[in-house]
Amino acid sequence: MKVEQTCKILSKRQLNAYAVEMDLAVGDMVRASLTGPGQFVHVKCGEGRLLRRPISVCKWRACEDSDTLTIVFEVRGEGTQWLARRPVGHSVDVLGLLGRGFQIEAGETYLLVGGGIGVPPLLGCAGSCDGAATAILGFRSKDRALLLDEFSGSCADVQVATDDGTLGHRGYVDQLLRQELAGERRYRGILACGPKPMLKSVVKAAAEYGVPCQVSMEERMACGVGACLGCAVQMAGGGMKHVCKDGPVFDAGEVDWNA
Amino acid sequence: MPKQVDLSVELAGVKLKNPVVAASGTFGFGREYGQFYDLSQLGGICCKGLTLHRREGNPPPRIAETPMGILNSVGLQNPGVEDFISQELPELRRHDLAVIANISGDTPEEYGIMCRLLSAAGVDMIEVNISCPNVKAGGLAYGTRPELAAEVTQVAKAHSTVPVMVKLSPNVTDIVQIAKAVEEAGADALSLINTLRGMRIDVNTRRPILKRNTGGLSGPAVLPVAVRMVWEVSCAVKLPILGMGGVSKGEDAAQLMLAGASAVAVGAACFADPYAPLKVRDGLAEIAAVQGLDRVSALTGAVMPW
Repeated sequence: MKVEQTCKILSKRQLNAYAVEMDLAVGDMVRASLTGPGQFVHVKCGEGRLLRRPISVCKWRACEDSDTLTIVFEVRGEGTQWLARRPVGHSVDVLGLLGRGFQIEAGETYLLVGGGIGVPPLLGCAGSCDGAATAILGFRSKDRALLLDEFSGSCADVQVATDDGTLGHRGYVDQLLRQELAGERRYRGILACGPKPMLKSVVKAAAEYGVPCQVSMEERMACGVGACLGCAVQMAGGGMKHVCKDGPVFDAGEVDWNA
Repeated sequence: MPKQVDLSVELAGVKLKNPVVAASGTFGFGREYGQFYDLSQLGGICCKGLTLHRREGNPPPRIAETPMGILNSVGLQNPGVEDFISQELPELRRHDLAVIANISGDTPEEYGIMCRLLSAAGVDMIEVNISCPNVKAGGLAYGTRPELAAEVTQVAKAHSTVPVMVKLSPNVTDIVQIAKAVEEAGADALSLINTLRGMRIDVNTRRPILKRNTGGLSGPAVLPVAVRMVWEVSCAVKLPILGMGGVSKGEDAAQLMLAGASAVAVGAACFADPYAPLKVRDGLAEIAAVQGLDRVSALTGAVMPW
């Protein structure tokens, strides 16, 4: 049986002016429902707001007393504002773990490509790649960058791009991605999470170099469990799949990128 | 300790072990919420709206949050009536609850075909949706004109061997007029209300949040509209009513029953809390117990208007 749980906020810190990292005590949630990096939790953000907020999982730890989850989210509206202001020691109502994450084969090398608030779930991927992954991380500017030390500690190579050039390469991640794919390292696949325009150009580059690509998608969501059919993604074959149940991670080839 | 209240109710001859039903379109075919609790705890389920053929529904975004409400524009995405009968109905039948199939057609003939197939497949009741605001053809058009509502009802009745419940739209000037037309056409029950048409705009992009611009509003914001419409309809027709619209706790359900509903459906509340239908059931039982009622059905129509 799946459950919703009241989870205590163990700690929180501001990663930059916009993003908050929060550690939650989640009972046996990790042991009961973790299948891999890229899954999400659905968090109730106050009584007046009817819809939960889907937030991707950054890190996790299974522990006999209580599992812990680390989530990272950006304050975008009233709901995430409410969540960001919850004090340590208070509790939040969490549904999880939900969805289908990244499929990672043991012993293989992956190229992680993240943009903005799409970066945190890739840290879980880095952890599943035994330090062998390469990460290409893009942000709007230096003051939006996050988790760089953590990625450096768990990847073989980390490359950063900012739109305005205030940190690392000036420009988008797909330029670094093309350089990397043209280089000597061979990758079993690309694992990408970020805004849709970024995903679209990553998928294009991956196809040019013939490297398999998995993408984590976002869509406005209601139930989070596959019942309401709200969070639809149009498929290349013409049908619909749903971020909450079939995703959030999809094979790049499945998705209709022209929709 | 208050005495035990009899929670069972009857809706057009169909026995429900308690008056709480999952509302169509919010609960799929039960599989997802069946991972949280035993569906046999519910009185019944109104299944996700079916059409004769598979439909992929509307492009995203399909969901927008509003003050105490939710706008949706899913557009009747469903696997089609035959897939439902072969893939979903057997699974639902493993649980002890009334199975109510919800149907939408582009033509009266389509309603007829679906009623015949679903009656033969052994659903407990058919909910005829003449009020979906999110599809182009059929849908809401049938629910806003009394003569069309009556025609669809007659066809559905003629092809059904199980009770037919007609789901009414609130997007009309006079819901009583539609309810009377449907009653005269032979319906066995009414369900109301479907969603209210609404719109939300992102002021920065100047784009509506929903890809189809407008959608249907549900959630606590619509409860008073639902209570008022159930009350007006129950005063004017003799048919039993499945009341719905913004129910998220026992008190909301009790209001709809006092206004005239025999049973209530819980919809959008499940999104915030998967256990909402069970909490509504328990809250309703508590209200009945505190009021010293033997059975919860005593609430139906017991409002004392000024």
